[in-house]
Amino acid sequence: MSEQKEMKTREGSEIQSQSEQDVFVRPAVDIYESGHEITVKADLPGVSRDRLQVQVDGNTLAIEGQAAIDMPEGMEAVYADVHTTHFRRSFTLSNELDSGNINAEVKDGVLTLRLPKRAELQPRKIEVSVG
Amino acid sequence: MLGYLTGFDNDVFNELDRVRRQMDRTLGDWTGPAGIRSMAAGTFPPINVGASDEQVDVYVFAAGMDPKTLNIALQQNLLTIEGERKIELPENAQLYRQERFSGNFRRVLTLPDDVDPDQVNARYHDGVLQITVKRREAVRPRQIEIK
Repeated sequence: MSEQKEMKTREGSEIQSQSEQDVFVRPAVDIYESGHEITVKADLPGVSRDRLQVQVDGNTLAIEGQAAIDMPEGMEAVYADVHTTHFRRSFTLSNELDSGNINAEVKDGVLTLRLPKRAELQPRKIEVSVG
Repeated sequence: MLGYLTGFDNDVFNELDRVRRQMDRTLGDWTGPAGIRSMAAGTFPPINVGASDEQVDVYVFAAGMDPKTLNIALQQNLLTIEGERKIELPENAQLYRQERFSGNFRRVLTLPDDVDPDQVNARYHDGVLQITVKRREAVRPRQIEIK
């Protein structure tokens, strides 16, 4: 992916590649559960689809993104709340989630992940018969 | 040019800022006065400001905004950014984490004195609002030709 290419071209300057690998921000998230799925929403301003990676490895869900913004040459930082463009955060999934069917969507810098529960584990209403 | 905000990403800047924050916490006012309109670290939305000879760029990191709710005003060199981010959760959902900012925000920044309020441009892309304000010609460094 393009992100890897960037890393490679930057290997020349050791300090920079090192600081980019080590420094990252934890994006703010909202997580909620409804009957059949868990939804994760993450704020990743400046991250476009091609610079975003969502990975499931075993039962770990990892979100990683690189923000890119248009910045004219010769621009100098005057004030900065944000110091790094690398977002990273991970979560441990539980067994009842169907990690093969995770749906990811990104819009205006917000990532929405839908993690469905396995069909056989979705809540069922148990009828109580009278009699 | 596609920047990586590298200008903001260097170690010196990080380190200085970290030290400043720490001093703020432990020593209170000893680090000198804070900007009268500055806000506590972590206030939404985070903002970066960059300046070149030609222009001043303000980057507002506000993901998931409806651009229609954004209100930007520049009075002389005082930039006001207002907006509302609505976060809607399904009604019967069980909420585990709610870290994302929800509601109205307003931030006020003092830009350099020589910005031209008539030449402002704003666009919203991938959750970043970029406001570009041109600087007045007169104060730009000029190359003097030697005849």
